[in-house]
Amino acid sequence: MTVTTKTLTKTAISPLAQVLMVAALGLGIMFVAGHAQSSTLHDAAHDVRHATGFPCH
Amino acid sequence: MTKRMVTSAVFAGFAAGLIAVLLHFAFVQQLILLSEQYETGTLTHFGGGDAGQPAATDPDTVTTTTASHGHDDSQSGGGGHGEGHGHSTASDFQRNGLTALFMILVYTGYALVLTAGFALAEMGGHRIGPAEGLLWGIAGFAAVQLAPAMGLAPELPGTIGADITARQIWWWSTVLATGGGIALLAYSKQVWAFGLAGALLAAPHVIGAPNVQGYFGVAPPEVAAAFAARVLGTALVVWAALGWIAGHFWASSAQQD
Repeated sequence: MTVTTKTLTKTAISPLAQVLMVAALGLGIMFVAGHAQSSTLHDAAHDVRHATGFPCH
Repeated sequence: MTKRMVTSAVFAGFAAGLIAVLLHFAFVQQLILLSEQYETGTLTHFGGGDAGQPAATDPDTVTTTTASHGHDDSQSGGGGHGEGHGHSTASDFQRNGLTALFMILVYTGYALVLTAGFALAEMGGHRIGPAEGLLWGIAGFAAVQLAPAMGLAPELPGTIGADITARQIWWWSTVLATGGGIALLAYSKQVWAFGLAGALLAAPHVIGAPNVQGYFGVAPPEVAAAFAARVLGTALVVWAALGWIAGHFWASSAQQD
């Protein structure tokens, strides 16, 4: 019973909201790795940004 | 469902990221290193000296250039440009390690967007397996790599471009519009949606990417052309693999959901 209750609580977030959350996470990673202009990030990801066609600098 | 999306994406992103790292170091990295030698002036190209560098008409220089093109570091010991490179072995290790890390990270990011799309398609009653995943991967390549490259070609280090913010806005708009357009073509049954898809696919290129007037490249056009071709070629392979692997994990985790 406890398990069932837990599962119900977990899936209380609508499927669409879950899709949006995961997509936002993915887009966020793309932004940080590819587009954020912090110089530490830029230097670390430099070769990847060039090699994946992100606008780099 | 979140767990299913995230686990499929992490496995597929990691696997595809490893393939990306392999292909990057096999095909792309040596062109980046070569172009950096032109950027810093260690090498000069007879047609491209613009940034105050003397034009190199010395045949020896040109021969060196030709010789180092297309060859990897195995040649750098004898070629005498090991020092001029400006990288010690330790920093090379760090640089390449970070490249590998970020490559896997980027493909995991793509994979999360991909599996979110899988979930959306499944909510609409479409089954996703490896074959569908393969098509999604190729569509992802078209949206994230090919369409932006039509306006903003993959750039070697040292390339002069328009304002970075303007280019990033155009890049994101192009990726979202192209992705949306392809999704409409694939999954909508309404006639008006095909028109909208066409408009979304065309709009970024009708508007046009922000570009600067004039040409400022210091690297030979052959190097830039090879770089752009290899970036797109390797990306197609990795995206196809990413979609296929993600589709496989997505289908095999269907029962657990």
